[in-house]
Amino acid sequence: MAVTEIDAGPSVLDRLSRPKPLIALALLMWVPLTAYVMFGGRMDGYADTVLLPAVPATVLLYVLGVRAFRESWVAVIGLSLVFFWLLAAVSAPYLPLLDPNKPIAPFVTPFSEKRDVFFWLGTDFKGRDMLSRVIWGCQRVIVWGVSATMVAYVVGALFGLISGYLSGWWDEVISFFANVLLSFPVMVLFIVILNYLGPSGFNIVVAVTFASAPAIMRIVRGLALDIKTRDYVFAAQTRGEHPLYIMIFELLPNVRGPIIVDACLRLGYTTVAITTLTFLGLGLQPPDPDWGLMIRESAKTAMLWKFSYMLLVPALAVSSLILGFNLMADGLREMSLRD
Amino acid sequence: MLKLILRRLVQMFLIMAVASLLLFAIFDTPDFKKRLAVQELGGFAVSALSEDSYQAWLSERGLDAPFYIRYTNWIGSILQGDLGFSYEKNREVGPLLLDRLANTGILAFFVFALMIPLSLVLGVLAGMKEGSVQDRTISFISVFTTSIPEIATAILLTVVLSLGLGWLPAKSAMIRGFEFQQLILPVLTLVIYDFGYVARMTRASMAEVMTSQYIRTAILKGIPYRRVVMRHALRNALIAPFTLIVLQLNWLLSGVVVVEVFFEYDGFGKLLLEAALFPDVEVVQACTLVAVAVAVVSQIISDIGYTFLNPRIRFA
Repeated sequence: MAVTEIDAGPSVLDRLSRPKPLIALALLMWVPLTAYVMFGGRMDGYADTVLLPAVPATVLLYVLGVRAFRESWVAVIGLSLVFFWLLAAVSAPYLPLLDPNKPIAPFVTPFSEKRDVFFWLGTDFKGRDMLSRVIWGCQRVIVWGVSATMVAYVVGALFGLISGYLSGWWDEVISFFANVLLSFPVMVLFIVILNYLGPSGFNIVVAVTFASAPAIMRIVRGLALDIKTRDYVFAAQTRGEHPLYIMIFELLPNVRGPIIVDACLRLGYTTVAITTLTFLGLGLQPPDPDWGLMIRESAKTAMLWKFSYMLLVPALAVSSLILGFNLMADGLREMSLRD
Repeated sequence: MLKLILRRLVQMFLIMAVASLLLFAIFDTPDFKKRLAVQELGGFAVSALSEDSYQAWLSERGLDAPFYIRYTNWIGSILQGDLGFSYEKNREVGPLLLDRLANTGILAFFVFALMIPLSLVLGVLAGMKEGSVQDRTISFISVFTTSIPEIATAILLTVVLSLGLGWLPAKSAMIRGFEFQQLILPVLTLVIYDFGYVARMTRASMAEVMTSQYIRTAILKGIPYRRVVMRHALRNALIAPFTLIVLQLNWLLSGVVVVEVFFEYDGFGKLLLEAALFPDVEVVQACTLVAVAVAVVSQIISDIGYTFLNPRIRFA
């Protein structure tokens, strides 16, 4: 009985569930998507083929994720919500959708036909198809949200490691500036920075970095303070390694557990922030679809029960994505406590 | 205790000083000076202005002085209560800001009046019996409500309560004077978004206290469960939530922007956003300074309150 199990060895999925293949898959999904959203306008003709490898990578990542999270149904639900939108983002060019920026027939209610076109989610006040706008919109929200969080993490973790490992004056100065930035209410900081830099995706990344990096720095600093007294750090110090080497190759890998949970939550915050900023008119600019933009445009025109779908569709979309991130974080935390 | 307060006050002063310096430096570019000229003289006049007369205007306004002199002048006038002039609203910033802050204060008062009892009761109920059905239900609800962004909560509430059922007005512009009805939706939105976080923290604090030795002793001594919770557990369990609630003031100042803009409520957040979009630099600076001051002061109150409430620290 047991012999077959031993002989079978690790399955393909098991082999893929190791860090290196996982990172490769994530890059295969992420790089094309980012390139498509940030520079898609400049690649004429071959823009759509860029995204092609990302679709199977996303599906495979989802399968692996569900396998890893199978013990916690909360995490599986969260993962499913997030990957639903990720899949929508990477496969948007290949789906049979109408042009998200082309006016067809204004104020068509959901599930109805007009001019021989069936509108699942209706059209907005300019007559653009809501379904394709929601799906195309999630591309921008996800790409800018994740990029901003990643940049904030790199900056925050770097300062946190320096501050925690080197201590002394470095710590004093970095912590003080972190405190200064943390004393600005987040939205006020966003508004001031974007007012100075002007609204655009890249500037949102800068603003999110300023707002999130101090909090990340504090977390990493605390963890680094704890870890730097471990034996393997002493061993590295005795070997005469450079502090930078110790920070990156000894400390960083060992703080990743709590950081991953926090990153999941922070992805949620950042997505909310981007949607909100676009709603306020400080974020991504029209005419390309974006959830915050959809809310902004509809809030001026659709204040009637009959047209409330224009507000509800983007609101539910952003809520489901955030809920996904938060449930994933909860599941991860549960799993890390169990280990 | 006194030493702690003094250290905090020095820290607060330093943070305010650096924050104001940053704020001044950000808006001290030639670009923003030009915009100020446009606002004061009119766009046409500025485009017709020669470089020399523009420089003359700058020196007349004291804008060509060295950075540190302008900064000290700016800080000095702010400390004397002169916050500048709003070109969009055509009003002094001081009274304008006070008006709007009062409006936001009303909003914040009702938010706290609703949020504090709700989150504390739910948190205590959940933390009383860790892992029970009531704990899991409350925890799930609080995760769920905090997961939904404010803008989505605002939309859902408006669509259901205002557009669908027609019970409440959709906007809170208060055009015909103050109406309490118009305040309900913004308050509800903020409470729904925020109570979950405080409730979860209260739950964690309560759960920790309930597993402590002295509670076990009290229960084993045969003291009725109600009394153990009400008299012994609550006192210690509510210390952490207190500091948290004070810190929510800081959060509220950023959360209030979206809600006020969405419901068109004339408060601090809407003023800040309108000033940023216009751009009305002096209003943005004044609003930000006030926000930072509120945040720093609430941080200090929370720190001092925590040490004051917790006898283990107070007498240490």
